[in-house]
Amino acid sequence: MIIGQIKDGIVLDHITAGKGIKIYDILGLQDIGCTVAMIQLADSKKMGKKDIIKIGKVIDLDFDILGFIDPGITVNIIEDGKLAKREHLSPPEKIVNLIRCKNPRCITSCEQEIKHEFYLADREKLVYRCKYCDTEAPNQFRTEV
Amino acid sequence: MRHLIDIMDLTGKEISELISTASDIAARPERYAECCRRKKLATLFFEPSTRTRLSFEAAMYELGGQVLGFSEAASSSASKGESVADTARVVGCYADIIAMRHPKEGAPMVAAAAAGVPVINAGDGGHHHPTQTLADLFTIYREKGGFENLTVGLCGDLKFGRTVHSLAAAMSRYSGVRFVLISPEELRVPHYIVEDVLKANGVPFIETESLEDALPELDVLYMTRVQKERFFNEADYLRLKDSYILTGKKLAAARSDLAVMHPLPRVNEISVEIDDDPRACYFKQVINGKFMRMALIMKLLEVEV
Repeated sequence: MIIGQIKDGIVLDHITAGKGIKIYDILGLQDIGCTVAMIQLADSKKMGKKDIIKIGKVIDLDFDILGFIDPGITVNIIEDGKLAKREHLSPPEKIVNLIRCKNPRCITSCEQEIKHEFYLADREKLVYRCKYCDTEAPNQFRTEV
Repeated sequence: MRHLIDIMDLTGKEISELISTASDIAARPERYAECCRRKKLATLFFEPSTRTRLSFEAAMYELGGQVLGFSEAASSSASKGESVADTARVVGCYADIIAMRHPKEGAPMVAAAAAGVPVINAGDGGHHHPTQTLADLFTIYREKGGFENLTVGLCGDLKFGRTVHSLAAAMSRYSGVRFVLISPEELRVPHYIVEDVLKANGVPFIETESLEDALPELDVLYMTRVQKERFFNEADYLRLKDSYILTGKKLAAARSDLAVMHPLPRVNEISVEIDDDPRACYFKQVINGKFMRMALIMKLLEVEV
């Protein structure tokens, strides 16, 4: 399968196989009004299988969201057909209003105006905890989002 | 401006300073009798807690300050649907410092962001209760002369007991401390405390179900209540409930300088026959808690004598 190169845009590479479609949805790529190519289960020397998303224009990306969902993603910015910039993501120190605390005893469960904020408690194990009650964000959040 | 939400908000040096101040208050209370004159403490207790609230109020009165507040949510604007942030912002206009207890975890942190005055967490659900830990630390300090090289037994409900989690975290800072975690299988210390507090700080610990086996090696025994509702079935509760009651007979095997502690209220987990034993420290924790709350109020108000 051949998918052409892009002149100006973004290539999200090294997406964990199977997460591409979720990232497509979260970034709202269906609404950006340009060509977007979604490649699923591409062969990868490093990962075995991976997903890739090619976006036909440069858009603002929320690196925190991407880094939370899939910190192994590589973001390649393409300008005039050439690689202009490559960003290796890392887990963000905090995530705000992306996921909700599930602890019914947490203050965020009853006061609607409070932001749902999680902090990175363990970088190695990618553990995030609620800023208010320290409840761990379950790992399945990353597959749910 | 400083708040106290979690005991770990305080550095080891700050805790030493608070202990130093509390020790001086205990020795020379008259020296501090006017140091918070014209200052007001608001006690915002969204759920009842007679002991903690009275301790804060007594602490402020003994510093020469004044107290206002409420002791249940029904008598506050929360019953009309006011948010914690709005309540804190309003009260911050009346008082110089706030002590808040709330059933929802994280509520004092929300209040701290809005109040404009220092906020002390006086207990937020099953989460933090840092001033109880200050009382515990001061008691250990006074009884043992320091924190290093102590073997500390934590006994009872180690799964849900917030006081033992905070005490374990605070004590993990000191060298030579080791823990003996005494609980039924169902109520063991949560995995994250083992990983993030004990193992992360290289603190040695053992887990056991037997209080009798553990007692002879302990310098400090911190008792908590094993509650029936924490068990999955009644048979297990009935099998284990008496195992975690400290009696005079069991205490006979303990060291003569053991410090027996309990955050109170006690139900039946420490036999009343022990109350007059010189090793019983649980009522000393109450008075020590008042001295540490006095020292804390002074620190957060930046008051000096």
